[in-house]
Amino acid sequence: MTKSKADEEDYWNSSKFKAFTFDDEDDELIRLKESRQAVNSIRRLVEEDDDEDDVEKVSWSGEPVGSISWSVKETAASNQRTDREPAFPKIPTDTPSLSKSQSGYSLSSLFKGETGGRGNFQSFTDTLSDSSIRLYAPELRKPKSEYKDYVSDWSPEETIQRLQQGKTAPLEKFRSLQDKLLLLDFAVSAHDGNVITAVLIYLKRTLSKEVLFRELESRQTALRHFIHYLTETKDQRLLLELLRFAHTCLPVTPVYLLPFSAEDSAHVQDHYTLLERQIIIEATDQQAERGGKVEIFQKFPRRASILNMPLITTLYYCCFYHYSEPEGTYSSPLNIRQTFKISGKQYFVTALAARAKLKAWLDVDALFTSRNWLGFTRKKSPLSFQRVVDVLQKNSAPTQVLQDYVGLVEDPDMRISLAQKHKCHDIVINTYRDMKDRQQLLGYRGKVGRGSAEERKIDELLNNQQIRWKN
Amino acid sequence: MAAHLSYGRVNLNILREAARKELREFLDKCAGSKAIVWDEYLTGPFGLIAQYSLLKEHEVEKMFTLKSGRLPSADVKNIIFFVRPRLELMDIIAENVFSEDKHHSSRDFHILFVPRRSMLCEQRLKEQGVLGSFINIDEYILDLIPYDGDLLSMEYESAFRECYLENDQTSLYHTAKGLMTLQALYGTIPQIYGKGDCARHVANMMLRMKREFAGTQNQILPVFDTLLLLDRNVDLLTPLATQLTYEGLIDEIYGINNGYVKLPPEKFAQKKQGEASKDLPTEPKKLQLNSAEELYAEIRDKNFNAVGAALSKKAKIISAAFEERHNAKTVGEIKQFVSQLPHMQAARSSLANHTSIAELIKDITTSEAFFDNLTVEQEFMTGVDTDKVNTYIEDCIAQKDPLIKILRLVCMQSVCNNGLKQKVLDYYKREILQTYGYEHILTLNNLEKGGLLKPQTSSRNNYPTIRKTLKLWMEDANEQNPNDISYVYSGYAPLSIRLTQVLARPGWRSIEEVLKMLPGPHFEERQQLPSGLHKKRQQGENRTTLVFFLGGVTYAEIAALRFLSQMEDSGMEYIIATTKLVNGTTWIKSLMDRPESQTP
Repeated sequence: MTKSKADEEDYWNSSKFKAFTFDDEDDELIRLKESRQAVNSIRRLVEEDDDEDDVEKVSWSGEPVGSISWSVKETAASNQRTDREPAFPKIPTDTPSLSKSQSGYSLSSLFKGETGGRGNFQSFTDTLSDSSIRLYAPELRKPKSEYKDYVSDWSPEETIQRLQQGKTAPLEKFRSLQDKLLLLDFAVSAHDGNVITAVLIYLKRTLSKEVLFRELESRQTALRHFIHYLTETKDQRLLLELLRFAHTCLPVTPVYLLPFSAEDSAHVQDHYTLLERQIIIEATDQQAERGGKVEIFQKFPRRASILNMPLITTLYYCCFYHYSEPEGTYSSPLNIRQTFKISGKQYFVTALAARAKLKAWLDVDALFTSRNWLGFTRKKSPLSFQRVVDVLQKNSAPTQVLQDYVGLVEDPDMRISLAQKHKCHDIVINTYRDMKDRQQLLGYRGKVGRGSAEERKIDELLNNQQIRWKN
Repeated sequence: MAAHLSYGRVNLNILREAARKELREFLDKCAGSKAIVWDEYLTGPFGLIAQYSLLKEHEVEKMFTLKSGRLPSADVKNIIFFVRPRLELMDIIAENVFSEDKHHSSRDFHILFVPRRSMLCEQRLKEQGVLGSFINIDEYILDLIPYDGDLLSMEYESAFRECYLENDQTSLYHTAKGLMTLQALYGTIPQIYGKGDCARHVANMMLRMKREFAGTQNQILPVFDTLLLLDRNVDLLTPLATQLTYEGLIDEIYGINNGYVKLPPEKFAQKKQGEASKDLPTEPKKLQLNSAEELYAEIRDKNFNAVGAALSKKAKIISAAFEERHNAKTVGEIKQFVSQLPHMQAARSSLANHTSIAELIKDITTSEAFFDNLTVEQEFMTGVDTDKVNTYIEDCIAQKDPLIKILRLVCMQSVCNNGLKQKVLDYYKREILQTYGYEHILTLNNLEKGGLLKPQTSSRNNYPTIRKTLKLWMEDANEQNPNDISYVYSGYAPLSIRLTQVLARPGWRSIEEVLKMLPGPHFEERQQLPSGLHKKRQQGENRTTLVFFLGGVTYAEIAALRFLSQMEDSGMEYIIATTKLVNGTTWIKSLMDRPESQTP
């Protein structure tokens, strides 16, 4: 801890990541290749006796022959074919000595105290574990409550314990409200949802709604289980009554019961507005498409209904089919942008993708155009030009279009790699010229067509005495 | 088949054997020939316990998947339904039983609920008028399933959701029950530590259950020295990060389910010589992954960047072994070679499989998208710009990348900033709802309830303090020859495992301040051992800790614990238990509402 505080800050906040390095990538690849070669050559060696019996049999789907999920499929298939006895592959049991011996003990016997005495344990341990682990009667042999098995006068606590153990225990004998609530409280403190639900079912049957609701008010855990139960059983009527009750009487619960906070309700409102719009747009466009008069629907028939699509998908749709509509219409992209407060970036990307898909390059161009105070137009984008090229290329824009945008990528290295990828030779050449990199330019000469205009241009530059090359 | 369960420090085969015994007992209760109708979900977990041969020995002649309509015909005396306690399954069973009665009246029906009977389900059967048709209604307690030599899972997918969103602690009750069973088999665990509300609950229930079974004492020499109970919500960050171990990446990319993975088949096609590569298989290739496979046990926990080297080393060894046949001259030598052939072939096919998987993963980890995503994750984990809207996330939303990917990143940013500024949170929420659909407001709400996404309440962000005190970020993580657990995330040391590590040495007292910043109480309990069971420890003998992750654990965390077990001077061996094996994707999915309605 001799580091100064500043050093330490620096250390922890440094953003240079070498982690999960790809430095030795080639090395790693070569190593994988080595292993692949070995695999292939060995395969040739042993081809003749491939897939011998000693190797665990695996069906193509991969389950070892004999596994349960494999067998389910096998028997089902054979059953479909005929009713003949299916031939099951005979496989040796995993630990024959064990499966045959009837000794050993089961999980439940541990709890039920049914173990056969030490003799059995002994043989079990002999076969399984080394002698250092000694097994005697386990700790959980007999719960106290079991002694009363034949008496049916269980207290609420004992009743809950029995239910937890999967035994029967009549709830009907608990008649007073106090007893019923005791049952519920013991169930809740046992944290066993199954038992809580069982008690709630009994309470629902034997208590009036008003009383039950009132008592649940102070028992949040039980209340949540009750709501879950009503939801599961689709008891909408009672659920609604409970919600109404909660709304008027329980100041705390509505937040839980009604899932939306104040901020979120704005989103819910937006969802509603969107659906309204979609219904109108869908109806209008369906008619237009059927009418056969609107060109765009003929050229690009709609693939699916716009109903229930997300907002951005709807915006894309409108940018595609309704791009130039005045702002007053429901389907106008600008109107949608305004109504739902779509961020500038999202709007831009969506419009760009939609217009590029239609190959409406003029529209694409217009998206970037802004005039500065001198009246010159220049291209501006809320998105990095690298991403713009990405979007355009995904929509199969031609090289002429692409190069306009590749040229605007600021970082020269990035610009060159994109230009090379998209074969925008001019940009590559100009960038190398600007970087005064003679070597790279010379290298690139080999990549353009022989006798092409690009080659001539490179030659001109290389012969240009005015340029001071850095290499 | 299950021998790998008994190789570890603790023989988990005892637990598996107990579970098998229980299953046999139930099957014998239904005398005569039987057919099992499976809730398909259960075939996976059951596969970890038993094979079809065991069922066959107990007169199971047919097996079907539970489907609505009429049951397939089968000439058996008993029809047994193996189902989870779910209402929708009860309706299908009722339908099966109804359409059955008219044709055969002689078949007996039984239900085996896994893992517990449910009054609600029985009531539904009663309402449907079929409850009386069942001769046996029973439960099969499958609380802790031995998953590997050092790993137990409850395969209880919804545990985190139930505990933190629905406030339903039934899964904790099952956990406590499972731990009681474990203690019955492996002795009372003398020390219990815990951190988090759920951990406290489980410990309380365990202590109470112990009191309820008074009178008898557990006479088994304790196998575990310590139990550590950890709430998942103490460390929400780790599962959100992309795992970078071999096994972790297999799970991130293809998903490991009940020990199996399904892979694209192209790389696995066997081309025989002289045969034209005709129809390629179209069904996914399914592989079982566990420590029974020697090579897998060796490489599963390595950082993926170290896997290539390990595979190539193995390839050389195997090639050399095959070359040996040229040296075999005498009959004895040839015999010797032949006797080793099966083992060598198994090794060869194992190498072939893992080379293919590594190639598949390599394609993804070398992609730009993977790298960009990882860079942002690491920026967040080191505390870079966590307080503003992140451009990469914005771009991913604009590209409509899978919603779960977005949620993982946004949640991670929130966790690393101890909550997002209201303005930032609102912006993300609006972008997500507008792009993926307003219905996801329910999911966002769930994430807020679970604490993964939240507005900043105090101006103080304590994540940097936690990160520094626990050394969660190691600048010089060594991927090839690790000397610290941070190698599993190439720099990030999982918080949960740091807590475990510190507990072993020097103890939690040294990090009281940080423990107070993390949610929920931390505590220590002792369970009395009968005299005579106190272990006399040999010099240099390791202690054994059972670490129980309530709400899920990732493969990378498991790898980190295995790394600690293997460290020479750690003096501690770890056995891992969890409600479910998770990764960021499956975890977030379990917290979503209507995840299936996600737009592609």
